[in-house]
Amino acid sequence: MQSTNFIWDLFGVNLLTVVAVVALPLGFVLIYALVAILAELKISAWIQERLGPMRTGPYGILQPVAEVIKLLQKEDITPDASSKLLYNLAPFIIFSGAYAAFAVIPFSSAFMPANINVGLFYVFAIGSISAMGIVMGGWASSNKYSLMGAMRSVSQLISYEIPAAMAVLSIVVLSSSMNMQEISHAQTGYFWDWYLFGGPGSWTKVFIIPFTITLAIAYFIASLAETNRVPFDIPEGESELVAGFHTEYGGIKFAMFYFAEYANMFVVSAIFTTIFLGGWNSPFGEFLQGPGWGVMWFILKSFSIVFVQIWVRWTLPRFRVDQLMYLGWKVLLPVSFICFFAISLFVMFK
Amino acid sequence: MSEKKKIDIEYSQLDSERMRINVGPQHPSTHGVLRLEVEVDGEIVTDVVPHLGYLHRSFEKHCEYMTYPQIIPYIDRMDYISAMNNEWPYVMALEKMLDVKVPEKVEYLRVIVAELNRIANHQIAVATFGLDAGAFTPFLFYFRDREYIIWILEKLSGARLLYNYFRVGGVAGDVYPTFKEECHDVIAKVRKTNAEVMNLLIHNNIFIKRTAGVGILTPDVAINYGCSGPVLRGSGMAHDLRRDEPYSIYDRFDFDIPVGKGEVGVVGDCWNRNMVRMHEMEQSCRIIEQALEQMPMEGDVTAAIPKRIKLPKGEIYSRAENPKGELGFYIVSNGTDKPERLKARGPSFVNLSVIPEISKGYMFADLILILGSIDIVLGEVDR
Repeated sequence: MQSTNFIWDLFGVNLLTVVAVVALPLGFVLIYALVAILAELKISAWIQERLGPMRTGPYGILQPVAEVIKLLQKEDITPDASSKLLYNLAPFIIFSGAYAAFAVIPFSSAFMPANINVGLFYVFAIGSISAMGIVMGGWASSNKYSLMGAMRSVSQLISYEIPAAMAVLSIVVLSSSMNMQEISHAQTGYFWDWYLFGGPGSWTKVFIIPFTITLAIAYFIASLAETNRVPFDIPEGESELVAGFHTEYGGIKFAMFYFAEYANMFVVSAIFTTIFLGGWNSPFGEFLQGPGWGVMWFILKSFSIVFVQIWVRWTLPRFRVDQLMYLGWKVLLPVSFICFFAISLFVMFK
Repeated sequence: MSEKKKIDIEYSQLDSERMRINVGPQHPSTHGVLRLEVEVDGEIVTDVVPHLGYLHRSFEKHCEYMTYPQIIPYIDRMDYISAMNNEWPYVMALEKMLDVKVPEKVEYLRVIVAELNRIANHQIAVATFGLDAGAFTPFLFYFRDREYIIWILEKLSGARLLYNYFRVGGVAGDVYPTFKEECHDVIAKVRKTNAEVMNLLIHNNIFIKRTAGVGILTPDVAINYGCSGPVLRGSGMAHDLRRDEPYSIYDRFDFDIPVGKGEVGVVGDCWNRNMVRMHEMEQSCRIIEQALEQMPMEGDVTAAIPKRIKLPKGEIYSRAENPKGELGFYIVSNGTDKPERLKARGPSFVNLSVIPEISKGYMFADLILILGSIDIVLGEVDR
């Protein structure tokens, strides 16, 4: 198997290159978050027949920068009644959880920060840390709204993790690997070789195409719940819980929550891209295929998923907490389990 | 810093406890400065106590120190979302007491502005109800369209929200040349957006799941609490003062009274209450179209306004169908130019009183929707 990290190929493994490998995704997250915030503002404006921000820079493209600067200027408040340590730690835990997942995201065939052979497991384990941060923040704020938001977040976590894991496991069965780089390599070819359309293989894969597409939808729904976005922004639930778990947060700590939300959006989109949309592969065979173009394809595909998330957010109303649990346990779980079963049978008798 | 104590926990004696949450007066979904003291058992609401008075301005007492025409702009500030409809029962009361004959053109103009304002009110009601459910986009669609209605009313009266338009025996401003065309344009826009919102929000599966079967208000409870307007009609009771007690010229128009039919969910739930408002917007459009057709364009709208208003001794109760329900004014006159006593019967205040009855046992998120479906405005609840 070829190397998965061009920096280490070129400069060897030493302290400087390790820092560079860590800094690259961090820089990407920061720039991406600014772009995504602008996209959110602008897309919501277009959906609602508004202009969106227009004053900060041409067509308002500097609006996210202005927002971040504004948040940095705010006074750093810690409520008297809060548990100081947990309260101050929570935003950083959430952000590190979201950021740590970038370690195993294959941006290109020549760049994946950490080549872990249980990458998908790692993503799920790390992803749950953000929920822990939410509970910490909600509990430590000593605010009843925050507490309710935190409790909702826990009940939400157990409802969406299992169907999402089932969807991912089915692809693991198909590709017989948990390494995200290898899953990407397996889908090289044309777009009908993506796991969304049953993956590479002979014509017999038509039997599993309905199942893989169902799984993709199930995973997408679960990923919306994971990122706490409409229609599943129940822990925030602004109409009843004011701002949910981050009601008491302001300034830089709120900015951390903000960044973490967008980073999380990208993580779930990147996983979706990798396991269903062929990762960094070109959809058209050798057309613009390669490590450099791979970055372009990967970001393009992930951004389309981020776009759909934004689109959904500004279109749908919010679910109620018990309805999310119903959806998770009684709809998504059986459906994804049936798909998992069918795909396993297919792999057995192929 | 409190010192840390070692606590022995008897796990067999641990008991769950109910939590009291203050919703409001500063809260995104209480539609103003309403404060609800909510007792929840986990997510389930076990008790709701509304606390009022954060916007109290002594309306009724204040009126005793003002002359009759001076009260009209103050009435605007009760239900500031549908100010035109507020003024109507008050000037009707004075017209009855003074025996003033209202010109034809004024009657039609009043119907048109009141129905336009009713549409604007229902647009806000449906929009904020969607916002309570988490749907942001229909909110802005409706606010965009409401602006066109406000422009028409602004051209007539000079104000966007607090019109001070109705006068005893007349109205303050005459129609302008493009009035009819603009009204027809607005009606077309209202219908287009309503069709869009029907698809986007009202028949959205998530929205139906959230609102259908939630906050069921049975007809007998509604009557016992004195509910009126869309809240009562959502429970299936076809009661509308415009038809049952036709004031002004409402007997000349052909319109239906929409009631909650339970196409989705149960009659009297949030979805049906909201649906009544959607249908009422369409009925208001029909009334405006008929009124525009029949309205005489000649005549002076200020001709019949008496120079000096001094009511004879006596008392009167006059009521009209506000978008939110039955709005009534009880005026006791002592023969001077100021009322001895003025009592307002506000629909929001009465409708709000049913909240504790219908929200127990539902989830906390449902409580917000129930409150949104009642459509209150705190300016009138607190007065």
